[in-house]
Amino acid sequence: MSKNIKQNLGFFTLFLCILITLFFLGSIIYFISVRGFRVISWEFLTQGPRMGMTQGGIAPVIVGTLYLTLGAIIFALPLGLACAIYLCEYSPKGLAVNVIRISINNLAGVPSVVFGLFGLAIFVNFFGFGVSILSGSLTLGILILPLIISSTQEALLAVPVSIREASLSLGATRWETIKNIVLPTALPGILTGVILSIGRVAGETAPILFTAAAFYTRGYPKSVFSEVMALPYHIYALMTEGTHPAKQTAIAYGCSLVLLLMVLLISAAAIFIRQRQRGASGQ
Amino acid sequence: MKDKIYKWVFTVLAFSSLVFLVGIVLVLFKEGFPIFQKVNPIKFLFGKGWYPTYSPPEFGILPLILASVWVTAGATLVCVPLGVGSALYLHELSGHRQRAILKPVIEILASIPSVVYGFFGVVIVTPFLQNTFNLPTGLCALNASLVLGIMATPTVCSLADDALNYVPRTFREASFAVGANRWQTLTQVVIPAAGSGISTAIILGMSRAIGETMTVLMVAGGSAVIPHSFLEPVRPMTAAIAAEMGEAPMGGTHYHALFAIALILFMITFIFNIIAEMISRRFRIKLGLSG
Repeated sequence: MSKNIKQNLGFFTLFLCILITLFFLGSIIYFISVRGFRVISWEFLTQGPRMGMTQGGIAPVIVGTLYLTLGAIIFALPLGLACAIYLCEYSPKGLAVNVIRISINNLAGVPSVVFGLFGLAIFVNFFGFGVSILSGSLTLGILILPLIISSTQEALLAVPVSIREASLSLGATRWETIKNIVLPTALPGILTGVILSIGRVAGETAPILFTAAAFYTRGYPKSVFSEVMALPYHIYALMTEGTHPAKQTAIAYGCSLVLLLMVLLISAAAIFIRQRQRGASGQ
Repeated sequence: MKDKIYKWVFTVLAFSSLVFLVGIVLVLFKEGFPIFQKVNPIKFLFGKGWYPTYSPPEFGILPLILASVWVTAGATLVCVPLGVGSALYLHELSGHRQRAILKPVIEILASIPSVVYGFFGVVIVTPFLQNTFNLPTGLCALNASLVLGIMATPTVCSLADDALNYVPRTFREASFAVGANRWQTLTQVVIPAAGSGISTAIILGMSRAIGETMTVLMVAGGSAVIPHSFLEPVRPMTAAIAAEMGEAPMGGTHYHALFAIALILFMITFIFNIIAEMISRRFRIKLGLSG
């Protein structure tokens, strides 16, 4: 009897745990959605800030985030693909592979603000790119490299060995097999990883603090060497700088909702694609 | 011939992660080490005063380290019960259909950006704490712990759930066969078997909390004094770097001091990750999974 009471108590506690977790996470989304929707309008999404950040919209801020995200992907995708292809298709099992695997794991664990300092020292100062889209994109690119590598690896490993062997037995070289058979088959999986990385990059703030972001720029960025406004940094700056806290908080709610919607929709898309694939491959 | 060229290209590019990791270490050492020519390393680590802009300045980072430790400990107290508890619920109690919804929802929630958590902390949690505890400011170590804990919960939950799923069915069936009920099986067979996998989840969650920047920068309060209570404002290491780097003159003592803090932070997370890796490797061997 007491055995079953214990079980009921235990199960009730577990139920409470997930309830509290969902309550907190739900309330974040609830508050930001409700208060953010009051601010968002067509004007808010399509115009630049006016009157010292107290009026107008956030169009250049959204555009800035898109540039940074695009730049980071352009930089990290080829590198990540190459690395994953090497590890899955060419790797002679041995020291080199272990070294690479360990460095990927550790790179994934480096705090984001440390990436920011690295970007500041190397891209901003050493290469002289200054505080710019270029410096920020490169810094963000390094940050998501491990994510792209591990998701690409997962996609490549899911390609059955038999397909590869069939291609090789027909006389195709290793590279022809990769290019014509393995990559097309793994493409949806690779895309999922890329989409997830986009979601991650769009919301990162600490790496762009000293490498790319500015609280206010006039109009849209003109080249890869200009500083940009970016959504996540904009939220932070609205809460800590400026002279009209009340009006700025309202705009920050709008920015948070736009960022939240962007990131959640992007990662939801990626996760659903991945689930369908796992379902399809019978896992 | 062409094949060989491709192989070489891939091999060279594959080492990029290593290059970046080594590059980060080199930069941190190069830019952080000069501080130790001006300030004794012992004094730097254990000095109780962080006044980088006073004259003469003082560079003791003990208050920053302790702030990081307090906030991370607080966050762990929040995210471990919630994260592991939720994972156990997902594993043991949620039906097939419920799980198919809850698992992806939690994965999606794990992608909420940290600046959004920070913003939530400032606009919602801060006034709540201020009124509840009658504080001069709601920006304090407790606030940072709560927000950081909630933020790390989905990560811990997701990883712990993976660990639980690795436990072979046969373990559970054997336990049922000798007359244990579900709760006894869960606490005495499944949790011990998944124990090291769950510890890996917890360590990675803590590692994330200690390196997290934007949330603590926004809600921890920012005062660089040795913390005496969770209701006081504090300034963790990451917040100090993010808040002060913009004003520190390049190549000055303050600049080097901030890089030295980043170096210490890097070492801490590095050690956390190595430990997590070692535990998870043992875990896989114990359950007979391939490396």
